[in-house]
Amino acid sequence: MEFQAGKYDIIVTGAGHAGCEAALAAARMGMNTLVVALNLDAVALMACNPAIGGTSKGHLVREVDALGGEMGINIDKSFIQIRMLNTGKGPAVHSLRAQADKKKYQAEMKFTLENQKNLTLCQGEVEEIRTSGGRVCGVKLATGEVYSCRSVIVASGVYLKSRIIIGEYSVDSGPNGLFPANRLSENLKDLGFRLQRFKTGTPARVNKKSLDFSKMIIQPGDPRVYPFSFLNKPIEREQVPCWLTYTNERTHQIIRENLHRSPMYSGVIEGIGARYCPSIEDKVVRFHEKMSHQIFIEPEGLHTNEMYVQGMSSSLPVDVQIAAYRTIPGMEQVEIMRPAYAIEYDCIDSTQLKLSLESRNIEGLFLAGQINGSSGYEEAAAQGIIAGINAVQYIRQEEPLILDRSDAYIGVLIDDLVTKGTPEPYRMMTSRAEYRLLLRQDNADMRLTEKGYRIGLVEEERYQKLCTKQETIQRELEKLRNAVIPPSEWVNEYLEDKGSSPLKSGIQLYDLLKRPEISFSDIIKLGETTEQIQPEIQVQLEIHAKYDGYIQKQLKQVEQFKKMEKLKIPRDLDYSNITGLKTESMQKLQKMQPENIGQASRISGVSPADISVLMVYLEKRRREKRSNEA
Amino acid sequence: MEDTITALATPPGEGGIAVIRLSGPESLQIAGRIFVNGKKERMVQFRDRYFNYGYILDHNKNLVDEVLLVYMKAPRTYTKEEVVEIHCHGGMIPVRKILDLLLKEGARLAQPGEFTKRAFLNGRIDLAQAEGVMDLISSKTEHAARASLQQMEGFLSKEIKAIRDDMLDVLARIEVTIDYPEEDIESLVEHEIRKRLCAARDKCKNLLESAHQGRLIREGIKTVIIGKPNVGKSSLLNALVRENRAIVTDIPGTTRDVIEEYVNIKGILVRILDTAGIRETRDLVEKIGVEKSREMTQDADLILFILDASQPLGKEDMEILQLLKDKQVLILLNKSDQPHVIDEEDIRSLTDSTILKTSMVDGTGLDQVENFIYNMVYSGRVEQKNPVMITNNRHKEALIRAERHLGEALEAMDASMPLDMVTIDIRNVWEALGEITGESLTENLIDRIFMEFCLGK
Repeated sequence: MEFQAGKYDIIVTGAGHAGCEAALAAARMGMNTLVVALNLDAVALMACNPAIGGTSKGHLVREVDALGGEMGINIDKSFIQIRMLNTGKGPAVHSLRAQADKKKYQAEMKFTLENQKNLTLCQGEVEEIRTSGGRVCGVKLATGEVYSCRSVIVASGVYLKSRIIIGEYSVDSGPNGLFPANRLSENLKDLGFRLQRFKTGTPARVNKKSLDFSKMIIQPGDPRVYPFSFLNKPIEREQVPCWLTYTNERTHQIIRENLHRSPMYSGVIEGIGARYCPSIEDKVVRFHEKMSHQIFIEPEGLHTNEMYVQGMSSSLPVDVQIAAYRTIPGMEQVEIMRPAYAIEYDCIDSTQLKLSLESRNIEGLFLAGQINGSSGYEEAAAQGIIAGINAVQYIRQEEPLILDRSDAYIGVLIDDLVTKGTPEPYRMMTSRAEYRLLLRQDNADMRLTEKGYRIGLVEEERYQKLCTKQETIQRELEKLRNAVIPPSEWVNEYLEDKGSSPLKSGIQLYDLLKRPEISFSDIIKLGETTEQIQPEIQVQLEIHAKYDGYIQKQLKQVEQFKKMEKLKIPRDLDYSNITGLKTESMQKLQKMQPENIGQASRISGVSPADISVLMVYLEKRRREKRSNEA
Repeated sequence: MEDTITALATPPGEGGIAVIRLSGPESLQIAGRIFVNGKKERMVQFRDRYFNYGYILDHNKNLVDEVLLVYMKAPRTYTKEEVVEIHCHGGMIPVRKILDLLLKEGARLAQPGEFTKRAFLNGRIDLAQAEGVMDLISSKTEHAARASLQQMEGFLSKEIKAIRDDMLDVLARIEVTIDYPEEDIESLVEHEIRKRLCAARDKCKNLLESAHQGRLIREGIKTVIIGKPNVGKSSLLNALVRENRAIVTDIPGTTRDVIEEYVNIKGILVRILDTAGIRETRDLVEKIGVEKSREMTQDADLILFILDASQPLGKEDMEILQLLKDKQVLILLNKSDQPHVIDEEDIRSLTDSTILKTSMVDGTGLDQVENFIYNMVYSGRVEQKNPVMITNNRHKEALIRAERHLGEALEAMDASMPLDMVTIDIRNVWEALGEITGESLTENLIDRIFMEFCLGK
């Protein structure tokens, strides 16, 4: 029996990584927000690896943080190991990666939601999104509650009609034995969404006591810990190591002998898996010339003996898993606590969304996270915060916050999903970002915090911190440019010691810092600087001096890019009226209804000539309109 | 900020004078760098809308052409942008050379209809013309797409594709270690990358070099017309010249016995040598001389062998057919307007060459002759025989830009820039070489990464 259970501004279905960010953003921006989750024990559940960050994903976390999101703060509270990856490469690709205490991560996030003003958290299954006149007006739960609202954010993750497969066994289930959501899929179809079926998987969790670490290579964290959140200072914490071991020919042989029992190869699994997330059987088949594969053993937390076996994702039957795992050095006696499994689930074709993550067909309906075809906690959180912000903007009747490809990885992620769609679960990669050098993890705050502040999500403290940082950088740059050091015996000796050429005449410290072999610590010594300059400021100064040429190059490319992004296309343009467009392009444009010329140019199959025709048509239309008005 | 575009504004290969137009903010700076006045001095200032007499010089200060240059100040121009027009001599050689220089100085080759598009977007053309502009863009592009598709099969395209593919491979190898730092993937060592960048740059250089100095460009496709007297050699030459307008006529100093004409057939420079000028003495009547034919066809790219279809095949004709067996020959059975006597089977038994029926009286078959020449060049048959490049400005522009970006990448490596920054230049190389087909780099790159490397959890 249905009953009227209450009224909210915004309702979020799902409390995973997308749902949490969406709900917090909405509530922090003053909206009365309800979060409905299938199981409150699964808030912010890390269903796969116990880690946050990594290449490009670390960038996403920093960006979410810079906008006033929670993921960075939450992992800072709960990490048990942290590393900066790619430090041997340029600053654009340095990436933070942390091992999390899974339970602590969940508990901290849930507690943050519980304590958040304007936010209500409840357990239940949303089975229907209600609309009126093409607009969202409420949701109905399977248990009869009907809530009315102005906007809904669907962040249902991998739970839609999810099915777990382990060898010959399969069961309708969400991750980790949680209930699936079987009704919402049908409802989304009824609302006009095209669904697709994706597949992903996870390796086994094994008992730490059954492992012999003496046969593995230790992987410790970094001695100096940089936090994810721009609000935090460096954190002192004892860290837990990971362990590295390898598969071998015996492992591969067992897998090959049992391939016929793998649902991936017997055809039981229909969902499309991601190329970057292959199961061990995929690796053995596709890269048969490779004699061994890396396996990382990662702790799942401080108060558990469960360990995650990165590299051994599989959908083979449990007996094969045990046999294969036991061929690996250090795992001869391994006890599998939770077997590896594959999971299939429904998600939508993401080209049905606008860049704001609002549905193209139903006003006030936003979607975020794995339901949109992405994969990964960070990708989910990034979409979550944007959906949350834009649901609020929708209610306020204000312009949505749209980050473009030159603003943020978040912009690249959403533009890829919405403009190109994805034929497989989408993972962020730094290679996807054309303007990678500008989108660094060290400057996410300088790129985004002001935007977050202007829409009212970023609090005063964070904004002031940014302003101070920017002023300090400017001041210190001035100083470096004004400080000239003359050649002297000790200076030249020092330089030669560093493998740098000696000075013949005076040189600006700024120019000296441009030399690749000279670091900021050298500048401090050479300039005989006495005042303390914070490490994050040093990093900015160094990047400024050393990579300015490339930064300018990218800025020029961005200028060209922005020009196209600024050319807006009116809503509901009828492309079939435009002469000169290729039929195929016309149909694609009609379907996608791009928001600007830049987005139109990225739709696959739309040629530069089509774009020219479109630009001429829009100009013609504009002039006709103007002359009609006159 | 728009970039500066350039293109030939007059129909290609026709007329005594050609006009090359530049439009965009840097038009004057770019043109100013290759132009000197009548006293061979660089000009600092140009008056708006005045003809300036002078010369175009190449980078070695060699004279390219004698020209008139007009500068038209924005916004009172066709595109409402800064415009420069260079009026040079018609014909392919000066036009190509000047366009090349402009591209090297930083102009970009205009897309089909781009001047008109700019004119419209900048409010220069009125509404009624807009539809026309859109049709123009799409039809011209279709034509260009067809043309480039044909060229795609050509030798130059293959070379460009090979460089591009190698760059994609280098990129994938660098990118994979960036996105997957913890995988045990052997990273590409710096000197290996340097080696491959250098090799790519050398290839670009060589291709450009051959495009610049290619014999086909400098001299045209050497085409020889042979055949007995009165089979219609002169008529064929005259017909080709009449239809296509000779670019250079009666070059003095060529062999006294041979007439040489340059014609432009569908954008291809063809140098035709005709024996019509040979004085036919009495004892030479009915003879062309096997020896003479051997001599004339020695280094020809194409031989047009004309037979009289109203006469039976002569003994000497057969000998010549035998002689030309391994050459690029087009056999024309001329006088097809008269009763057919010659036995085609006899000819076929002696050669695999294409046979066409022509009549110089009513013009039958002339189009086919021209098509044959065009297809011969674009299908790469000429290149195989003689490693000479045909030049296409879009290809050339791509190569010029690729070469520049390769230089920048190498410079960056010399300056110890991290590899993830060098990829910015390598991406530019790939994109420069790829503009003809308009694919997306990111998708290609990611496909390549996952195809080549075993990655993931």
